[in-house]
Amino acid sequence: MASTTAGLPVTTTRPRSNAVWTWVRRNKTIVGGSLILLALLAIALLAPWLAGDPLQFEPTNRLKRPSDQFWFGTDQFGRDVYSRVIYGTRISLIIGFSVAVVATFIGLVIGVLCGFYKAVDAVMMRVMDGMMAIPAILLAIALITLMKASLMIVVIAIAIPEIPRVARLVRSVVLSVRSRPYIEAAISSGTRNGRIMVRHILPNTVAPLIVQATYVCASAILTEAGLSFLGAGTPPEIPSWGNVISLGRTFFQIAPWIIFFPGILLAITVLAINLVGDGLRDSLDPRISRRM
Amino acid sequence: MTAYILRRLIATIPVMIVVALFVFFLLHLTPGDPAAVIAGDDASPAEIEGIRRKLGLDRPVWEQFGVYIWNLLHGDLGTSIFSNLPVMTLVKQRLEPSLVLAVATLVVAVAFAIPMGVVAAWKADTTIDRVVMGFSVLGFAVPVFLVGYLLIYVFAIQLRWLPVQGYRPLSEGIVGTLRSIALPAFALGMAYMALIARITRASMLEVLSEDYIRTAHAKGVATRSVLLRHALKNAAVPIVTVIGIGLALLISGVVITETVFNIPGLGRLTVDAILKRDYPIIQGLIILFAGAKVLVNLLIDISYTFFDPRIRQ
Repeated sequence: MASTTAGLPVTTTRPRSNAVWTWVRRNKTIVGGSLILLALLAIALLAPWLAGDPLQFEPTNRLKRPSDQFWFGTDQFGRDVYSRVIYGTRISLIIGFSVAVVATFIGLVIGVLCGFYKAVDAVMMRVMDGMMAIPAILLAIALITLMKASLMIVVIAIAIPEIPRVARLVRSVVLSVRSRPYIEAAISSGTRNGRIMVRHILPNTVAPLIVQATYVCASAILTEAGLSFLGAGTPPEIPSWGNVISLGRTFFQIAPWIIFFPGILLAITVLAINLVGDGLRDSLDPRISRRM
Repeated sequence: MTAYILRRLIATIPVMIVVALFVFFLLHLTPGDPAAVIAGDDASPAEIEGIRRKLGLDRPVWEQFGVYIWNLLHGDLGTSIFSNLPVMTLVKQRLEPSLVLAVATLVVAVAFAIPMGVVAAWKADTTIDRVVMGFSVLGFAVPVFLVGYLLIYVFAIQLRWLPVQGYRPLSEGIVGTLRSIALPAFALGMAYMALIARITRASMLEVLSEDYIRTAHAKGVATRSVLLRHALKNAAVPIVTVIGIGLALLISGVVITETVFNIPGLGRLTVDAILKRDYPIIQGLIILFAGAKVLVNLLIDISYTFFDPRIRQ
């Protein structure tokens, strides 16, 4: 930036790059969290090049300590924990993302309908209250016990308990927006309900929904790990972090690395998503950020 | 006041009805033959038929539902498929460790989190504040089983201060119980502590900027007294709310914590039931845990009247 005073093009780019830097400095948590998430996404996509076969049994290499050959050690079947953890990144990200999308979408539909139609509201909110009274992990366990375990069932089972929270959030936004003059104006000028919902109400729900979706994503990843840890989650042949940790349980005292490495990656992932969520909440809704 | 409590009490009825409906129809709305699913992949037709008869699945749905609700109202949560014992009996056997764990976690979390939040708000934007905030972000991300195994590794395996796993019942002496429950309570309490500390700080920050706090300072009230008597009491409603919300979080955590520390409580009962696909136990536990959650929320609502007399009207 030595020649800033010389040419016109340089002086026009300078404020812009400053603006970017100011944004980055003001939103350290979003940037930091996103960078970690991008790194995790890269790990998930490049897994076949970063790691060996996560399923390969090598009975002679049972419960080996972390070393040059096995960075994260091996489990009781002689499988490379590093490879399993790298491939596990895929499962966790897929589950977190899918649950966030499914729960947000269904919650959005229920929330908008409840905020708009009093009759739907009376019934659905009682159902939501009842669902919220059931601890999420137990509801997921019950659903998984009753269906054949597969990745899709796990996603559905984790998404269902998350729906009421999203629905309530959307409903409260819709109720507060509904009483505004421009909605009344739209109603009195004869705009159809469907159009009011899509054109005038939905845009108001976007910001809080994005924030909520990040929290749903983080909590889904933790719940999947918890369910798999208990033996009621992702089918055991899929190397998810929870499954790796679950197998490490029996040999914890002699081989703690089987639990620690996937556990630490899990914590980093959830931390990164929460950082992005907190940062987004602060920049999208300054009113809440002051309270938190 | 009585009217307020009564209104809250009545409001819990529809919630519990929905829970009961949900738990009942879960079994019937899932695709496939529930008896075959519960029996497992390698069950013979006779076994499936046995389970069907035992669960009353061969009778019409409305009749099943009537019997189910009738039994629930009489405190009968059903009968285990495999042990043939009433679910209520199994629950009673396993209740003590879970209750002790829950109470210990609540005490540990509140005892650490509230002072942390108060100090962070008082010393806002200093290093202490940042440490507390950092802890509250981290505490929320680290899964309970990782904290649990880390604590076991450091305090039980390396330092040998506390037992690795297991539970000592109260009848064998309270010291043994406390020693066996210390690590689980901290592991389970970590996320809870993070949550309470964060809200305490936020709520205190808001109250500390009020005029009456400045007045109290100006007339020479000791800092300690301003913080605890003037500020904390007025900041209490959001804190109490979050303690309640967190209790729900605790219920999910109990299942995992009991597995990590091998504590024979309700959580282990749940996990054993999953492995054996003993659906009546899972069903009964859901109703029980949901009931506990509704009860906690009711107590929280009632406690508001203590902190904020305006709600009584």
